[in-house]
Amino acid sequence: MVNVCGSGLAEVGATPLSYKLPNETAAFKPGPNLEIVRNNCTACHSADYVQTQPRGPNFRREFWQAEVTKMIKVYGAPIDEADVGKIVDYLEQTY
Amino acid sequence: MIDRRSLIKHSGAAIAALGAGMTAPSLRALAATAVLPFENGERPLVKYPQKRPMIVLTSRPPQLETPFSVFNANVITPNDAFFVRYHLADVPLNIDPDVFSVEIKGKVDKPMKLSLADIKKMPPVDIVAVNQCSGNSRGFFNPRVAGGQLGNGAMGNARWKGVPLKTILDMAGVQGAARQVTFNGLDGPVTDKTPDFIKALGIDHARDGEVMLAYSMNGTDLPVLNGFPLRLVVPGYYGTYWVKHLNEITVIDDVFDGFWMKTAYRIPDNDCNCVEPGTAPKATVPINRFKVRSFITNVADGATLEARTRSTLKGIAFDGGTGIKAVAVSTDGGNTWAQAKLGDDLGKYSFREWQMPVRLAVGEYDLKVRATSNGGEVQPMEPLWNGAGYLRNVVETVRVKAV
Repeated sequence: MVNVCGSGLAEVGATPLSYKLPNETAAFKPGPNLEIVRNNCTACHSADYVQTQPRGPNFRREFWQAEVTKMIKVYGAPIDEADVGKIVDYLEQTY
Repeated sequence: MIDRRSLIKHSGAAIAALGAGMTAPSLRALAATAVLPFENGERPLVKYPQKRPMIVLTSRPPQLETPFSVFNANVITPNDAFFVRYHLADVPLNIDPDVFSVEIKGKVDKPMKLSLADIKKMPPVDIVAVNQCSGNSRGFFNPRVAGGQLGNGAMGNARWKGVPLKTILDMAGVQGAARQVTFNGLDGPVTDKTPDFIKALGIDHARDGEVMLAYSMNGTDLPVLNGFPLRLVVPGYYGTYWVKHLNEITVIDDVFDGFWMKTAYRIPDNDCNCVEPGTAPKATVPINRFKVRSFITNVADGATLEARTRSTLKGIAFDGGTGIKAVAVSTDGGNTWAQAKLGDDLGKYSFREWQMPVRLAVGEYDLKVRATSNGGEVQPMEPLWNGAGYLRNVVETVRVKAV
């Protein structure tokens, strides 16, 4: 296999067969229930999915509750019922 | 030029490191940031394989935006600057083009698997076509909406080469009951509970001769992150249909009801495809053709021009496939308009360049650009709103000062 590294500097020939993505640039900010958030959210997406959402009065608890519900109902995230409120608390208080 | 859409600044850490006389500051210290001109718009600029530093919306799955200055430098967007949008985090990291194949199945007489070599042996076609994210420019929505908060850089224009989907469907022999064709790629979800990213086109659209299986982009292999070794090209249609790493084509005798067609990527089913801000539409349809758009690319918001001197405004325009009929420019906030000169016609699906000489007295100006398509579509002066943040195509404004 030809290896193409994350830096993209080591391309061999025109045809990359194997490559590596660069490290993630965002982390979940410190906040309540951080471990629960990490355990439930990071399997499917990086922290910037949360970090880059709009701020303001329309993006408080109700918004985050809807997002977590969407992750469970639409994308099938296996989140324990008991953790849902804790995740919403974190998102509301941290972002 | 300072670009309001992707103002690039270097981190304080980098400047401090250089100021302290360090000769080899770490790569991390040199990390640059782009600031998109809306609230919470700061983004890292990161180099990905086969890409120049791109504006990172998300790392996993990767969503990379093109720095806006690229659109001024090139009417054809270079492969290493072309935007990237994945939906699901299981991105293929090992692709062997010698093993890769695409399967054609479902309501066809002769189900088949074609290797990349098989496809490259067929008579090729090429087309210059814009690809644009449905949610390009979502960050400018007012009121703001959830979703990927993109500036204007989730679009690009490339010369795609490949084989018409029609050729392949004809080889397989589409059966009389066929209604739609679905498309799936190598990328997939992390858990099997997450709906795989599968898109559908009507059978007539799929056989229009323009929808293409592309293996080449701007004269070379597709970059991995743009769908190597084969992607669907759906000229004039939003990028959601341009399935990457395409390995499964299924003809069905029904309307596909998967999540990414039935629930996601829907727009209001009315004339403007819009609703009153903050409200929900009564009915929706799958997103489809691009709305007409245009941009000034060589003057950024907040720029200063030399007064009483002839200068040239330039930019791009495109639409959903009728081609650009006219581009008008206003230097007085939209009160009066003058026709810009259009550049070379690279085809009705391409960016069309335009130019306009201006001579401004000392003062402040709202420059506006408004395109009209050959189909008669004109950009709206006020933004149209929908809850998903799709289809943005308002007349853009660049505020400048002439001194």
